[in-house]
Amino acid sequence: MFDLSPEEWTAVLLSLRIAAVATAAALPLGIAAAWLLARTTFWGKAFVDGLVHLPLVLPPVVTGYLLLISFGRKGPIGAFLADYFGIVFSFRWTGAALACGVMGFPLMVRPIRLSIEAIDRKLEQAAATLGANRVLVFLTITLPLALPGIVAGLVLCFAKALGEFGATITFVSNIPGETQTISAAIYTYTQVPSGDAAALRLVLVAIVLSLAALIASEWLARRANLYFHGE
Amino acid sequence: MLALDVAKQLGDFHLEVRFSRTGRTVALFGPSGAGKTTIANLIAGLLAPDRGRIVLDDTVLFDAKTDVNVPPHQRHIGYVFQEGRLFPHLTVASNLDYGRFMKGHARDQAAERRIIDLLDIAHLLARRPGKLSGGERQRVAIGRALLTRPRLLLLDEPLASLDAARKREILPYLVRLRDDLGIPMIYVSHQPAEIVNVANEVVRIEDGRLLAIGGIELLDPGSLDVTA
Repeated sequence: MFDLSPEEWTAVLLSLRIAAVATAAALPLGIAAAWLLARTTFWGKAFVDGLVHLPLVLPPVVTGYLLLISFGRKGPIGAFLADYFGIVFSFRWTGAALACGVMGFPLMVRPIRLSIEAIDRKLEQAAATLGANRVLVFLTITLPLALPGIVAGLVLCFAKALGEFGATITFVSNIPGETQTISAAIYTYTQVPSGDAAALRLVLVAIVLSLAALIASEWLARRANLYFHGE
Repeated sequence: MLALDVAKQLGDFHLEVRFSRTGRTVALFGPSGAGKTTIANLIAGLLAPDRGRIVLDDTVLFDAKTDVNVPPHQRHIGYVFQEGRLFPHLTVASNLDYGRFMKGHARDQAAERRIIDLLDIAHLLARRPGKLSGGERQRVAIGRALLTRPRLLLLDEPLASLDAARKREILPYLVRLRDDLGIPMIYVSHQPAEIVNVANEVVRIEDGRLLAIGGIELLDPGSLDVTA
């Protein structure tokens, strides 16, 4: 079953790397966005809320195209990053990670936001009376108590990133070894007459990885729960 | 000395009180909804008055005119809440140590020992708050506030969430606290029976207004039974 060809292995490992980088990069931004949406009111909050959730409802091709015209080599942000920092997204695996991170972002923000909203703010007040400033209150009370939501957000974002197809292929195309993820490889194999067996093998890998992510999230959530309510 | 001259509007409720007290244990007494907890929150800095001034000893904690508002984490005021508010993700030992750690004080094992013994919580140190009874939880909450070495200890209905047996369990600890540690206390309660045991000065609040200041003769006669 796992008798994968080198090309197939490349696609699998690339997918894992892209999903891991996308999730790791999205995490601090996701926590910040979740905290802002859960705890603050500011002018234009509804707009920011909508912007965060936009990738969830937009056709992925549209998101990919928007990334292409803004982060592409000739796009305003892409040109700036390339000229001043040497960071290039277009047709690179980093671009695939960007696309996957953007697509997974709303799925990460939502559970973190919900778990921050569920925290009893009286605990944060208690921490303040004990001498903790706002940053320390966040680090020692808010963040650990939001951990179950953070774990859920991480897993959902990772799973989304692992399976992302539309935005990625639109933004960075389907280059074996650089941007060809599992999904893109499966798509490629279904387009050639002799590709059925290879496609099926990668389909199995995708199922196994997704299941593993789900089981890991269940296990982590249970661990977090145990940690809080202490056995 | 605590001097308070504040006004605060919260929805339909209007609080406007002015008093200054020098006693070691002062009770804020009045019926539910009188504004006692609001006053405690104003002193602790969890709420800001709309106008007025709060002074503790020689420190101005709040002054609307000069725009002074010391944030709660710099006021050095211990606060024991009605519901304990222990941190559920930390053990009792870590809860107790939280304030010292946040303030960056050196560890004072003798003081720790003393307060842990005073409150009889040595056997609870390894547990998490979820595994404590209501009475144990309040004792830990009191210890946690004391270990920050506060200049003033606010106790907001610390016995209200407990049944009669638990109240009888905690009251002696509060009395020992007052006699052994000498930290000024403000004891918020609507129960004359508790106040008689703990405080020697009474500030009576009703409807957001100061009704009277004096000794325990201000408490309603009758119903001095702790279990009531």
